[in-house]
Amino acid sequence: MIDGFILNAILAGVLVAVAAGPLGCFLVWRRMAYFGDAISHSALMGVGLGIAFGTASPWVIMVTCALVSGLLLLLQRGGKFSTDTLLGILAHSALSIGLIIIALQESLRQDMMYFLIGDILAIDMQSIMGIALMTVIALGGLFYIWKSLLSITVHEDLAQVEGVNVLKTKIIYMLLIALLVAFAMKVVGALLITSLMIIPAAAARTISRSPVQMAVHSALLGSLSVVMGIMMSSQWDLPAGPAIVLSALVLFLIGRGLPTAKDFG
Amino acid sequence: MLIELEKVSLAFSGRDILENVSFSVSRGEIVTLIGPNGAGKSTVMKIALGLLTPDRGQVRRASDISIGYMPQKIMIEDLLPLSVRDFLALRPGTTAAQVDDVMALVRISQVASSPVQRVSGGEMQRVLMARALLGDPDLIVLDEPVQGVNISGQKELYQLISRVRDEKNCGVLMISHDLHMVMAGTDKVVCLNRHVCCSGEPENIQNHPEYIALFGREVEAIALYTHHHDHHHDSHGDVISGEHGKECDHD
Repeated sequence: MIDGFILNAILAGVLVAVAAGPLGCFLVWRRMAYFGDAISHSALMGVGLGIAFGTASPWVIMVTCALVSGLLLLLQRGGKFSTDTLLGILAHSALSIGLIIIALQESLRQDMMYFLIGDILAIDMQSIMGIALMTVIALGGLFYIWKSLLSITVHEDLAQVEGVNVLKTKIIYMLLIALLVAFAMKVVGALLITSLMIIPAAAARTISRSPVQMAVHSALLGSLSVVMGIMMSSQWDLPAGPAIVLSALVLFLIGRGLPTAKDFG
Repeated sequence: MLIELEKVSLAFSGRDILENVSFSVSRGEIVTLIGPNGAGKSTVMKIALGLLTPDRGQVRRASDISIGYMPQKIMIEDLLPLSVRDFLALRPGTTAAQVDDVMALVRISQVASSPVQRVSGGEMQRVLMARALLGDPDLIVLDEPVQGVNISGQKELYQLISRVRDEKNCGVLMISHDLHMVMAGTDKVVCLNRHVCCSGEPENIQNHPEYIALFGREVEAIALYTHHHDHHHDSHGDVISGEHGKECDHD
């Protein structure tokens, strides 16, 4: 029989993957993969701040990620540096601040690895409930902004002329990413969450004929990666987070071998 | 009056882009902005659309008008599986029936299910025009609508613009490079070079000293070459079936 902690891990991982896939599709479509990275780097600063305040609440991480995203939006408005450069500056500054705060807490140094790659096999029921709440909010929020965000992704000026509230839509999307990253920290860690957003989305492209299909497929492929990764992890005693990411990579490579759904007819 | 710009000025980081630009577009009128590269044509258009706010001057839009916008070009990531039909349906409040109608109007129904990244240059221009025509807008704003389209296709697109104007009695504001085509199909030309050099009916504009200084006189020599055909072309040059031209002088 499968152990209870394995089932818990699968449940938590699938809940994360179901939100990460569709949110990740927009990172891919908007060429913003590095934004996902920057936000997960800032999550580490959130962890550090949480420890300094004596709490492990994901909401502290979420607020930190949201503030970094807000800072990015503000700096973008200046228009002096490219988004790419700004993300590089913000991501690594936030990461460094996080690492320094964590390093200052003597007792925690040996646990660093868990913040980076997660500790899915040790997930408890309370965290799973938190992740389930996150998934519901993330998918509900994405459903709410779906058409506006897709329109902005295709052409921002055109969307704005047609009456889409561009700034509001972008802010909501950034908040949803921050929410996902904050709650996914325990599952795959700060370094690997971006891959759960990007790789299943990219893998879903070849078998998808519409944006909605691609979002659904990416959620399914992400969930499959989670199950495969956790099975591999318990079979061969591998770290679970990286095993999940490598499973997603395998699915992506299989997808690359298939002919692309070119004609939507 | 649908939209009116009055003494609009704008500077980017200390450099003047526009100075005291004034013009207006009325219902049923086609207004074309012409001018050399860097004259501020796209900037004026963005101000008219409300995408940019001028430093000085006034922009007045009639209340409750809807605007259809055709951007110059559009880059869509290949990883986004988006058909032409899905692309058109992105306009808020658009029904499937409206999408079908507008595709028939600009004759792109045959590529409705194709990925929007895979249609030809001429088809893409018509897809973008279709998006601008959705929802019967009061004002249609077109940024170089015939860019990358061959001569006979250009003529067809300009005819479509005139026809839509006639049928819907909407106003049209467009940017164009190709002067002779513009002169034929426009009610009012605004010649822009950071300020409005001259504006008015095409016939009068051609003799204006500032216009001649910008574009020279040789324009008149390149009279629009009309030839007679026993078939039509669509905007990427493919021969399409259609009624035999009435003034056809051969068989």
